[in-house]
Amino acid sequence: MLKKLLVVFAAMTMPSLVMAQPANPAPAPLTKEVAAPVVATPAAAPTAAPAADAAAPAEAAPKSMDGSLPGYTPMRPNYEDSVGMPKPKEIDFQEQFTENGQYAKWINNAILLPIITIISLFVLGLLLWVIVRFNRRANPVPSKTTHNTFIEVVWTLVPVLILLGIAYPSLDLLAKQFKPAPAEAVTIKATGYQWYWGYTYPDHGGFEVISNMLKEEDEVAKGERFRTENDGPRLLAVDNRMVVPAGVPLRIQTTAADVIHAFAIPSLWFKLDAVPGRLNEKSITITKPGVYFGQCSELCGARHAFMPLVVEALPPAQFAAWVKAQGGSMPGEEKPAPAAPAATATPTETVAAPAVAPTN
Amino acid sequence: MTTIAATGTDLHAHDHHDADHKPGFFARWFMSTNHKDIGTLYLIFAIFAGIVGGAISGLMRMELAAPGIQYLQGWASMMAGKEASLDEAYHMWNVLITAHGLIMVFFMVMPAIIGGFGNWFVPLMIGAPDMAFPRMNNVSFWLTVVAFIMLLASSFVPGGTGLGAGTGWTVYAPLSTSGSVGPAVDMAIFSLHLAGAASILGAINFITTIFNMRAPGMTLHKMPLFVWSVLVTAFLLLLALPVLAAAITMLLVDRNFGGAFFDAAAGGDPVLYQHLFWFFGHPEVYIMILPGFGIISQIVATFSRKPVFGYLGMAYAMVAIGVVGFVVWAHHMFTTGMSVDMKMYFTAATMVIAVPTGIKIFSWIATMWGGSVSFKTPMVWAMGFIFMFTVGGVTGVVLANGGLDDNLHDTYYVVAHFHYVLSLGAVFSLFAGFYYWFGKMSGRHLNEFLGHLHFWIFFIGVNVLFFPMHFLGNSGMPRRYPDYPEAFAYWNGVASFGYAIMGVGVLIFFVNVIWSLVAGRRAEDNYWGEGATTLEWTLTSPPPYHQFETLPVIK
Repeated sequence: MLKKLLVVFAAMTMPSLVMAQPANPAPAPLTKEVAAPVVATPAAAPTAAPAADAAAPAEAAPKSMDGSLPGYTPMRPNYEDSVGMPKPKEIDFQEQFTENGQYAKWINNAILLPIITIISLFVLGLLLWVIVRFNRRANPVPSKTTHNTFIEVVWTLVPVLILLGIAYPSLDLLAKQFKPAPAEAVTIKATGYQWYWGYTYPDHGGFEVISNMLKEEDEVAKGERFRTENDGPRLLAVDNRMVVPAGVPLRIQTTAADVIHAFAIPSLWFKLDAVPGRLNEKSITITKPGVYFGQCSELCGARHAFMPLVVEALPPAQFAAWVKAQGGSMPGEEKPAPAAPAATATPTETVAAPAVAPTN
Repeated sequence: MTTIAATGTDLHAHDHHDADHKPGFFARWFMSTNHKDIGTLYLIFAIFAGIVGGAISGLMRMELAAPGIQYLQGWASMMAGKEASLDEAYHMWNVLITAHGLIMVFFMVMPAIIGGFGNWFVPLMIGAPDMAFPRMNNVSFWLTVVAFIMLLASSFVPGGTGLGAGTGWTVYAPLSTSGSVGPAVDMAIFSLHLAGAASILGAINFITTIFNMRAPGMTLHKMPLFVWSVLVTAFLLLLALPVLAAAITMLLVDRNFGGAFFDAAAGGDPVLYQHLFWFFGHPEVYIMILPGFGIISQIVATFSRKPVFGYLGMAYAMVAIGVVGFVVWAHHMFTTGMSVDMKMYFTAATMVIAVPTGIKIFSWIATMWGGSVSFKTPMVWAMGFIFMFTVGGVTGVVLANGGLDDNLHDTYYVVAHFHYVLSLGAVFSLFAGFYYWFGKMSGRHLNEFLGHLHFWIFFIGVNVLFFPMHFLGNSGMPRRYPDYPEAFAYWNGVASFGYAIMGVGVLIFFVNVIWSLVAGRRAEDNYWGEGATTLEWTLTSPPPYHQFETLPVIK
């Protein structure tokens, strides 16, 4: 609480500093030590580094049983169309909600899948033809052919051409995926812990949302929050989601506090390892508001299968309301009055990244 | 001087000049220097390890047959001898996936295909009396046995959250360093050291044998393709395994001696470990499949009654696969946060491998083309191999695309891909080789009908088991998960059913082997007829204890 007041104090006394708080001007390098939230000055960086001192927060008891805050109610996932979640008996990729995801899915389904299917069926066809035409009864005297330069050149060059055809869209996709985020992109830093996620919002005051998987009703003690249909499917639902604005470029950074985890959302075509000591970064824009589920995708110990990720994309105005409810502020905007964060003890309160008052 | 000479004469008097003079049981099987006996030991060992590794995958498919945790806690309690917590049960899952991977790679496929068939048939095919270093050969085998015991024993000591090493076969740091307290991971690492040392010794042995002990007239370009494949494989082993040994030694230093190679907080980097591991790990997958290529080449030529098509192209395609296999490793690490240039390079380089692989597939088909093909059991397995390896190969081309890997990495699509090239590739070639050479090795025929039955049931089983995993991966199911959301239930259920079918197939295989050893028809010298042209078919079945005392001359 004291720290929160300090933040507010800082915001009121040094508005210029908050105003000047830039949206990260340049993409962070791929490899560097865990970065402090952008809002923190260098002096504050050590305290803001989340790794070691955020070990305890998983138990923070939420007050609300459905994760709602003033001005924010968790969005109900779209079960009807299986948006952002796997569909029973599905054989295809999940529906994609980023442009690059749609492009990648198209590359697979329109180019690669037909090519590999045709090649496999071609080989199968040749084998079947051998069975029919060249079995011992049909062809008692074997030919003695062991070389045919022309055909050998053909089956070397044709695959090369096919691969070149695949390489073009494939490298194009890579170039698109690596397009750096624009300066105004919203930065979210996802930190993997054994076994939960923390989402820090350096552009919005540097608070950290701690996100644990929700257990089933029969697995929790009485009075504890459990998963409901509103939260999402079993093993995918979390207590506090990573809320982001839809239609706005996002700069997602990943790192980890203990072992390697991986931030993965299949419906956004996004997977990036969270490696201790490194800050990985990738930019995406989610095209539609919605709830998008994912699961940790790098073996990280016993509860590897039980630390899902949930991204909730909201229209920018609702995102701003959520930021306020978390006690944060929108870039370029004054910090909210102390009453707002004080009124609601959010589950994240105890661990909000201590963006200590700047000392200069 | 006189004493020595006298002893020599004395010994000589007892020597019957009998090629089949065998030492006593203990000396023959525990202190063996005979390549065929050591090959047999390797095959028996690999079958045993395969049963253990296969049983572990059975446990995994049982647990995954339906959503929720059904059996895991009970098994963990049995292992620990006390009521296991849920976390200990989850840890046991990681121990199972780790053990399954390590056993199948290091103690089933490699011992069978290199130690077993390589030892048995490389000397026979090049017309050599034995391997170059017979005692080192024996050391290789027994180091592998000790390594296996070490790995099994590691599952009974603490490894962090529960008993055993739960790091995955990749042993990524820092999960394998600061993330796994207790001796289990140290034991698993030591097991890898021993298995690796055994393989390096074996590789030296094969290279020396093939370079120096070929029969007069057998130039490199006249060697059977199986020998070529083992030669390339031996070089891959020799160059790749020391890197693994270094990487896991660095793990040991980090774990026990205050090292910080992979500890970011002290200036190290966890991703360095992944580079080192995969610099070994990618050649390793070719180590497992190249000898299989060699076996398939022999079988296809034999049963088509035609020499192999494009012999030089086939041999140098394997060399090319071996060389390019060393410069594609980071396609296993596309999501670690590498730069766009690296990702583009590894995408392109990986796709290049499809070209020599395509040459091999088409050359096999061209060998059959115009042939007079008889579909005996080994040939059926070889044709199954060609088709299944193609399916596994083309999904490899999909995964090679770094941009697509952003979704597919570490999902069941990857599991499906590498089981198609290994479980349906390497294992099919193992079965093909076993049916092809069993008569030569044991002197008894396997039953054709049971062999075909085994093939069809196994073929259907593994496809029902592994094909749905592509679907699971597409729709996002991550690998190494003991439990999954209900949406993944259908295809997981199908996969588990496929395992049961496959299990029936394996059972038929064992019935066939036992039946044949007891009551199988005696095998003639060259029971496959005119198509079988390599030197092992000029010998009796089984070959004499010491063969080629007079070297054959190749014209």
